Amino acid sequence: MSKDSLFSKKNLKLIKDPLDDNNPITVQVLGICSALAITVQLKPAVVMAVSVFFVMCIANVVVSLMRNMIPSRIRIIVQLVIIATLVILVDQVLKAFLYDVSKELSVFVGLIITNCIIMGRLEAFALANTPWKAFMDGVGNSLGYALPLVVVAFFRELLGSGTLFGYPVLENLGLYQLGYENNGMMILPPMALVTCGVYIWIQRMRNNKLVEQN
Amino acid sequence: MDVNKNSYTIGFATIMVIIVAALLSSAAIGLKPFQSKNIEQEKKQNILKSVGVEVSREQAEIDYSTYIKEELVVNHLGEIQEGSAFNVDLSKEVRKDAKDQSLPLYVAEVEGALRYIIPLRGKGLWGPIWGFISLEKDLNTISAAVFDHKAETPGLGAEINRDFFQDPFAGKTIFDGEEFKSIKVIKGGAKEGDKHGVDGISGGTITSDGVTDMIFERLSMYLPYFNNVKPAIEVDSVFSAMDSVVTVNDSIIN
Repeated sequence: MSKDSLFSKKNLKLIKDPLDDNNPITVQVLGICSALAITVQLKPAVVMAVSVFFVMCIANVVVSLMRNMIPSRIRIIVQLVIIATLVILVDQVLKAFLYDVSKELSVFVGLIITNCIIMGRLEAFALANTPWKAFMDGVGNSLGYALPLVVVAFFRELLGSGTLFGYPVLENLGLYQLGYENNGMMILPPMALVTCGVYIWIQRMRNNKLVEQN
Repeated sequence: MDVNKNSYTIGFATIMVIIVAALLSSAAIGLKPFQSKNIEQEKKQNILKSVGVEVSREQAEIDYSTYIKEELVVNHLGEIQEGSAFNVDLSKEVRKDAKDQSLPLYVAEVEGALRYIIPLRGKGLWGPIWGFISLEKDLNTISAAVFDHKAETPGLGAEINRDFFQDPFAGKTIFDGEEFKSIKVIKGGAKEGDKHGVDGISGGTITSDGVTDMIFERLSMYLPYFNNVKPAIEVDSVFSAMDSVVTVNDSIIN
C-alpha cells in the first residue's frame, strides 16, 4: 500500500473529482430523483445535503472498515442495512433535538436510504479502499451531490417564489412594483429537470473533458 | 478465513442483525423522552394557536397554563367525565363507537373572553389529519382553527396547515338558528357571505373533503354537551347584561 500523506494530491482528487469531472448528479446521473424532488426551496435542499453528507461519510467508513469481513454474496444487503440504520438514527436524533427541521423534511429523510449515490459509492469505492480514502470519497461525493442541488434550489426558489431561505428578496428589491411576476412554472417538477439540464449544459461548456468525442 | 462460506454468511448476517437491532432500539428508547416532550409541546402550541395565541414551542409550555383554564372530558350524552382532556388520545377514541368515546374539551380564557377548544381528528387522502377548532362563548362562532396532517400531498392537500387556509375559518358559524350546519370546505371557493363555508384548496379536494367530514363528525359529537351548557351560558349573559344595566343605572343615579 502506498504511503500517501493524508492530504496528498491523490487523496484530494477524491474530493475534487466528484465536484466537477465526475459529479454524481450531472455526470453520472445518480440520485437524480431526490435532487429533483426537494429543490423547490433552498432550506430543505441544504438540510438534505447535510444529512446525506453525514450518512455517506459514516457509511463509507464503516463499510471500508468491514470490507474484508463482508461476505460478497450478501454485500448489497449489508450495505443497505448500514445505510438504513444510519438514516433511522439521523431521523430519530432530528426528531429529538431538531424537531422543526425534522417536520420540514418528513419523508425526505427516509428517502436518503434509496439515494443511489450512497449505495453506488459503497459498492464502487468503500468496498475496495482504506477507511481514510473512503471518508474522503464520501466527503467529495456528498459535496458533489450538494452543489447542483443547492444551485438548482437557489434558482427555483428565487424565480419561482421570489424568496431565498424564505426571505422575500425580490419584494425587498421592489421588482413587483415594476410589474415583475414570479414564474409559477419554476415551482413545478418539470422545471427541476430543465434547470438541472441547463446546469449540465453550462458545466459541459466549461469542461471539455465531459464532451463525448464521436 | 473464507468469508464466502455459507456458514460464515449466515453467521455474519445473524450477528449484524442483532447488533443493528440493539443499536436502533436503544436509540429509540433513549431518545423517546425528548421526542415525546417535543410532541407534547407542539400539541400545547397548537391548542394555543387555535385560540389565536401564537407562541414558540418552548414558550407554549409556559403559556399553556396561563390560558387554558379547564381540561374536560365529556361523554356522548354531554356529561362531564373524570380525567384530563390532555391525556385523551383522540386517535384511539375516534375508532370506538360513538357512545363509548371520551371527548376532550379545553376551556380557555384569552383576554377575558371564554373559548371552547375542540380537538379534531379525521382522514385525509394519504393518512390522518387533525387539528383544533375553538368556539366563542356563544358556542356558535368560530374563533380560530388549526389543522395538520401526517402525509398529505406537498403543495396540495398539505397546505391545510397554512394560514391562508386556516384564517378564513375565524368568524364562521356552525349553527343556522337552531340547526347544526358545521363548516364546509368548498371546492371552487365559498360564496361571498357564506357563514358556513370556506375556500377549498385546488388540487387538494379529497383532503378538503376530509376536513369537512372531520369537522362535522367531531363537532356533532359535542352537540349534547352544547345543549347542556347553553342555557347556563344564556342565563349568564342575561345576568351580565343586567349587571351592566345596573351599573348604568347606578351611574345615572350617582
